[in-house]
Amino acid sequence: MSEMTYRDALNLALREELRRDPSVVVWGEDVALYEGSFKVTRGLLAEFGEERIRDTPISENTIVGVAIGAAMGGLRPVAELMTVNFALLAMDQIVNHMAKIRSMFGGQASLPLVVRMPGGGGSQLAAQHSQSLESYFMHCPGIRVAYPATPADAKGLLKTAIRDPNPVIFLEHELLYNSKGEVPDDPEFTVPFGRAGILRAGTDVTIVAYARMAVLALQAAEALEKEAGISCEVVDLRTLNPLDAETFVASARKTGRAVVVEECWRSAGLGGDLAHRIHEACFDSLRAPVRRVAGLDVPMPYSRELEKLCIPQVESIAVAVRDVMTASV
Amino acid sequence: MEARLRAVLPDHDLVRLYEQMVLSREFEESCAEQYAKGHITGFLHLYSGQEAVAAGATAALHKDDYILSAYREHAQALVRGAEPKRVMSELFGKATGMCKGKGGSMHLFSAELNFMGGYAIVGGQLPIACGLAFSSRYRQEDRITACFFGDGAVNQGTFHESLNWARLWELPVLFICENNFYGIGTEVHRSSALPTVHKRTCGYDIPSEKVDGMDVLAVFKAVKYAAEKVRESGRPYFIEALTYRFRGHSMADPAKYRSAAEHEVWKARDPIPNYARRLLAEGIATEAQLAAIRDRCVALVAEAVSFAEASPWPAADEVWEDIYV
Ligand SMILES: Cc1ncc(C[n+]2csc(CCOP(=O)(O)OP(=O)(O)O)c2C)c(N)n1
Ligand SMILES: [Mg+2]
Repeated sequence: MSEMTYRDALNLALREELRRDPSVVVWGEDVALYEGSFKVTRGLLAEFGEERIRDTPISENTIVGVAIGAAMGGLRPVAELMTVNFALLAMDQIVNHMAKIRSMFGGQASLPLVVRMPGGGGSQLAAQHSQSLESYFMHCPGIRVAYPATPADAKGLLKTAIRDPNPVIFLEHELLYNSKGEVPDDPEFTVPFGRAGILRAGTDVTIVAYARMAVLALQAAEALEKEAGISCEVVDLRTLNPLDAETFVASARKTGRAVVVEECWRSAGLGGDLAHRIHEACFDSLRAPVRRVAGLDVPMPYSRELEKLCIPQVESIAVAVRDVMTASV
Repeated sequence: MEARLRAVLPDHDLVRLYEQMVLSREFEESCAEQYAKGHITGFLHLYSGQEAVAAGATAALHKDDYILSAYREHAQALVRGAEPKRVMSELFGKATGMCKGKGGSMHLFSAELNFMGGYAIVGGQLPIACGLAFSSRYRQEDRITACFFGDGAVNQGTFHESLNWARLWELPVLFICENNFYGIGTEVHRSSALPTVHKRTCGYDIPSEKVDGMDVLAVFKAVKYAAEKVRESGRPYFIEALTYRFRGHSMADPAKYRSAAEHEVWKARDPIPNYARRLLAEGIATEAQLAAIRDRCVALVAEAVSFAEASPWPAADEVWEDIYV
């Protein structure tokens, strides 16, 4: 084990997979010479050279499309979109092509490619640079969606994504890049897709979250234990597709109460789906309706004081937990 | 003065080009009948009139080269070697179709034939072609990628992004624009500021050429030259083939936006009878031989229809298959 940041863990995953498999190539805007706008690709050009680590034009749709073609031709491209906001320019290649090619061609092609994209809000980058679009990707069959919360998962999930024979949307939270944690050194360490993690065991309430929301949920759980003696079980989804509903449904059945936390907009957000799965599967064991904590349905404002109202915070998660503790059916 | 055919290809190959064009035409005309009978459903875009482009271009490529196209791609798959019956049963949506009935008319694909697919998002295949070309170069394979698309695709972002990218990364891609002068009902002059498509490539420093897409030998020669350039230089090349579709955009389109006079001009340039006349004039084939070829193609297509009719529907549990590996 070594202590490292989420950023360095991602960098290590890329480095190890580039070393292990010569068919892995990395490209995106400013990833080579500039070493990435969030420095996730630091040092890769120096170690692996111009043919494998490539800067691209600012052509998001084509960044993804070229990666699709390269994957069909036998490579394992890892494409970086500078942020998830710009993935909207690539939605045609992601949704109409990447997610469809295997199925519409009757299983004759496989697309082992990863599209990495930093995202999420909280840095006062205003409406066009603060979005959480995970529900968009989760909605679409044919692609896998991973979104790590911890440095260890950042490394293990990215390695799994690169080795996976399916196309993977790999989301990274911009506010987690500097977070630190213990990361296994073993170059064969991977984290399987479709298995949620229990970040904290508990008996009173289940909190279902992912990525930065899981980190905040954990902080809320610790405060609630200390201040109110409420024991929360925190489930980190790790991957949104495949979705490990079994783990959070079992947890909710055990505790009888659940709060679902999502950073994306509330309307048609993924939390509605998660909450519904809990209601449907354990209606009889629930002692209160499932609560949702979600982003506000507004374009993100710039001002710090307004922005923090729009993104779930430790406090808003704690309020929801106290609510389900007092509410009853 | 037209070049002598024999100066370009041996007799056998010249006759084969005729056969491929006839097969394509017979196949498409049969599709129209099957659509009228309700056996083929959904979107159906026929290639009648454009056969010289698919036949001439494909003959000029190597078997290992990748080919991608748009949604008007039955003929491109057939001349590449796809079995007519597997194409027809795909159009019928049957389990024996080349994509198990999941793709239909617009999404033919054969990994075995390096036919990397028909795509129905206008311009969507261009970036993918660049990626395939990159993989070939990276793996040091002696193969180029030929990417067909229509005149409608040239105003998409992917067209400009891909041309820039292919030249910037020095990718072995041969772009082939089939300019049939219409994107659905909109004539090129009404959609493109510069309707001479091949001139656009100067913005990306890609050499380009215009060719008569109603002349199979002209297409063959141009694509052969271009493919050699791409293979030698590892850089992209661009061909604009001027052609015409004899039918509407799709089965739903009666093509009222085109004048009868315009249609007649192009009908007179039908690539199949004109090429037959040249084969006869040069003594490459006899009337009887050409008639036998036509009969063979008609029989092959009839057999494809019977095969498709007799084939089973996909089983219900197929709906969950082939989405993830
Ligand atoms: C991105 C996108 N926009 C619109 C359409 C609808 N559409 C289908 S075919 C077509 C015209 C394309 O014309 P062209 O590229 O010249 O091909 P042709 O049909 O002439 O072979 C349009 C607009 C589409 N399929 N994809
Ligand atoms: Mg057209």
